Amino acid sequence: MNRDPVLSVSGLSVTYDVDPPVEAVRDVSLTVGQGEVLGLAGESGCGKSTLAYAVQRLLRPPAEITGGEVVLHDVGGSDVDLTVLPAAEMDRLRWDQIAMVFQGAMNSLNPVLSVGDQLADVFTRHRPAMRRAERTETCGALLEMVGVGANRLRSYPHELSGGMRQRVMIAMALALRPRLLIMDEPTTALDVLVQREILQEISRLREELGFSVVFITHDLPLLLEISDRIAVMRAGRVVETAPAADLYRHPQHEYTKRLLGSFPSLTGERGDFVRKGGVTV
Amino acid sequence: MTTLELAGLTKRYRVRGAGHMLALDDVDLSITSGRTVALVGQSGSGKSTIARIITQLERETSGQVLLDGVPIPRRGKALRSYRQQVRMVFQDPFASLNPYHTVHHHIARPLLLDRVVPRDQVDAEVARLLDRVRLDPELASRRPHELSGGQRQRIAIARALASRPALLVADEPVSMLDVSIRLGVLNLLAELQEADGLGVLYITHDLATARHFSDEIVVLHHGRVVERGPADDVILTPQHEYTRALRDASPDPERHFGGGREPETTGSRS
Repeated sequence: MNRDPVLSVSGLSVTYDVDPPVEAVRDVSLTVGQGEVLGLAGESGCGKSTLAYAVQRLLRPPAEITGGEVVLHDVGGSDVDLTVLPAAEMDRLRWDQIAMVFQGAMNSLNPVLSVGDQLADVFTRHRPAMRRAERTETCGALLEMVGVGANRLRSYPHELSGGMRQRVMIAMALALRPRLLIMDEPTTALDVLVQREILQEISRLREELGFSVVFITHDLPLLLEISDRIAVMRAGRVVETAPAADLYRHPQHEYTKRLLGSFPSLTGERGDFVRKGGVTV
Repeated sequence: MTTLELAGLTKRYRVRGAGHMLALDDVDLSITSGRTVALVGQSGSGKSTIARIITQLERETSGQVLLDGVPIPRRGKALRSYRQQVRMVFQDPFASLNPYHTVHHHIARPLLLDRVVPRDQVDAEVARLLDRVRLDPELASRRPHELSGGQRQRIAIARALASRPALLVADEPVSMLDVSIRLGVLNLLAELQEADGLGVLYITHDLATARHFSDEIVVLHHGRVVERGPADDVILTPQHEYTRALRDASPDPERHFGGGREPETTGSRS
């Protein structure tokens, strides 16, 4: 583990200020190294999405960050604490340095704008000096890069399959060459063959562009295959962080063991699975 | 011993402006008491169309569905009696229960409609069914919104079992549940199946549970059966290239890390 860190989260807590208050993220500390894939595993309600939103300051009331810091390590060596950054600065930094592929990304495209127009939005906002022709060309190149094809610039979301829409979302997230890509359940709604294609695409792009990834999902077997390190979350806390192979072979925390046991192995042994009416509790 | 047989089942959907779409193409399949058949394939392969035809929510274009040699009755009492024998558990436990009604209502309804038990024993039977799916009979007075996804799916299973069917069609019964409770629900299904000698058609896209939960696997691709056989054989030594592609695309840490998982991780069960 001698990668330079891109992002360090320390002691981060997020509370939903409702009655009674819900501590969705509790004292979480994580680092993401340069070019690393950090897997974030956990079940619904464990706080993994809230954590992802908090890192980018995308939380809306009643959620608020109640403690800790999120430090983005700049290329030049200067560190920025995102939790105290002025909003305008944060706006500039978001998508440029940290981009996100949202959960249900397939449905987060605007149905009444062509995908080309939606991609172009990123540049009008963050690269206002860019000329129209260059913008169109760049958007086309982005669609080529994710395997959708520049000829789809004028397509509307409903004209694309789920897998293609997901690729468009990835193109959009990578548009400004961010250093960190946060992906929240990016392939959960896709079937296994399309999921595999997209994962291969992401790992190819990562090698090409060198960004780091935080990959959030409940699908632990998937995470084990694609992550360098995995953090397991439960009830707002990170209960265990370890390199993927270690986590698989020697899980330390009871919850990690239980989570691993929840997934019957495809080609291995049966695990916690009983076929013919064995003893279950 | 009950057998449900699909013979040469074909379904064509009319597509506006584009002629027809062949959703099922000459599918043969049989489900017998006491056995679980897994039907796997990616989205759009025709899995759910098969479920919908078996439960007669949809009609076949050609071919037949035979219950112990008798074609599905089209209407009336005979159809009702067919449906009493062949029950379905749906994918989405949040959509398959009526939010206005109590748990008791959901389970009592098939009991009353199919006259499974005398009216004065309905309450006791509801309690017994809840107990069978490992739920507190006290839950009978609750409404669906007060329950978790796993509890709702257990209620859907209790409802399916209420009319004492011979066969159960489970269409992705755990894909919408949280990972830590999926296994519990599948184990429950396996156990109930064993106890009642149920025949189960387990529809899923998850090859790993298909392998461990069923006796036989049938692989569907573009509406055609491309491979079938004993569960372990289909997954461990697939013959058809589509089955191989599906298997290779499924996450498998065992293969990825070349084995070596500590055995202590098994056996911890909730």
